Amino acid sequence: MIEALRRFFLERDYLEVETPARIPAPAPETHIEPVPSGDWFLHPSPELCMKRLLAAGYPRIFQICRCFRAGERGDRHLPEFTMLEWYRRGIDSRELMDECEALVRSVAEDLGMGDVLSCRGKPFRLSAPWPRLSVRDAFAAHASISPEEALRQERFEEVLAFEVEPLLGRETPLFLHSYPMAHASLARADRDDPSVAERFELYMAGMELANGFAELTDPVEQRRRFDEARAEVERRVGTAPPQPERFLRALERMPEASGIALGVDRLAMVFCDAATIDEVVAFPPEIL
Amino acid sequence: MYTASDLRKGLRIKIDGDPYVITEFNFVKPGKGQALYRCKLKNMITGSQFERTFRSVDMFDPADLQVKTMQYLYMEEGKYCFMDTTTFEQVFVTEDQVGEAKNFLLENVEAEVLFFEDRPLGVTLPNSVDLVVTKADPWIKGDTVSGNAKPVTVETGYVVLVPSFIEEGEKIRIDTRSGEYLTRVKD
Repeated sequence: MIEALRRFFLERDYLEVETPARIPAPAPETHIEPVPSGDWFLHPSPELCMKRLLAAGYPRIFQICRCFRAGERGDRHLPEFTMLEWYRRGIDSRELMDECEALVRSVAEDLGMGDVLSCRGKPFRLSAPWPRLSVRDAFAAHASISPEEALRQERFEEVLAFEVEPLLGRETPLFLHSYPMAHASLARADRDDPSVAERFELYMAGMELANGFAELTDPVEQRRRFDEARAEVERRVGTAPPQPERFLRALERMPEASGIALGVDRLAMVFCDAATIDEVVAFPPEIL
Repeated sequence: MYTASDLRKGLRIKIDGDPYVITEFNFVKPGKGQALYRCKLKNMITGSQFERTFRSVDMFDPADLQVKTMQYLYMEEGKYCFMDTTTFEQVFVTEDQVGEAKNFLLENVEAEVLFFEDRPLGVTLPNSVDLVVTKADPWIKGDTVSGNAKPVTVETGYVVLVPSFIEEGEKIRIDTRSGEYLTRVKD
């Protein structure tokens, strides 16, 4: 599967990159807790270094690497997991959805799985195009309240996770897009509707696989959002995480681009029809 | 105090003054949103179950549970009296709390009594106990059909299915968890 992923990008003139796993300042995010490593941190995602490469002029880059997030353990979570991230200059989030769709279809074909997978005894069709649904429409169809109301009650994640998600992409993959701005730390506002972010998630069989967005390239706005997240973390744990200053400086030279992170273990789960992430890795943490 | 990240199956926590055990647990984290901890909880006093979702900021008191090895003394008006063998302190446990263990309780045997803040909650016996058969139909010679079972009564009054060769006065071993006959015990 890893070979098939690589082949897809190399055929499309992407450059495979490696960035350090140990970094001094990950992106300050309210709900992602990095694992400390000495005075630094193990990266929860390679995004900041990869965006610095974009800013330095690399137009198409991808990376497959291990990422680390403290306290994340469940049927779909491992504290150490494999992430695929790719970034491309000059495309918006809609074009990135096209590319993500092409990637998954190409890997399935490479692995000889054809257009129809099996998921819990039911057919799961990969044939294009995959449906795209806005968060607002998804809530209207499946949730008891609107996204605005859910945000107001601070129940957005809960309603999304328990009322909406299980019904997403059950027979075919689906892109959920146009997230509320409050739920998009590094994404830019949609040009047609500034109340939502140009951010999307890929769902397959009720499971979230990838998070992509059109990159925010405004360093002032990015600093404001980071400061908000840092203040929130400080309120909770007493100390604010460090500000990734070099990334913010690089953002001044960042071209219009879109990027996406895809959980490789979860993609394996879909291809193997696995109910838990433990089934697709040799060593879950509990047996180490 | 426990935080949400300590939650796991089998953990015992206190909610609104009652002890609960987590019977099912799932970690959910939608997108880049906050982590949610979905738990099925069972009230350890009433047995009632419910589902609740916790967040990372939630804190929990551990349920103050203790297990004491105690000696069963006697039963009086539906209450079972147990004694702490070191302090000689005695407690009464209701029939409901004793549960299935009542079928295998003999006077003076030791059992584990579970306490929540000094209130007894339940009784656990060793996995097997040896009891004397007090009433059994005689074994009819020539009845060699294997697998034939017959009901017998043991000294606690409990009725159990045993192989047909078991006779009155014999001692048998019973699994206290399933309530089934295990083997004949020769003294």
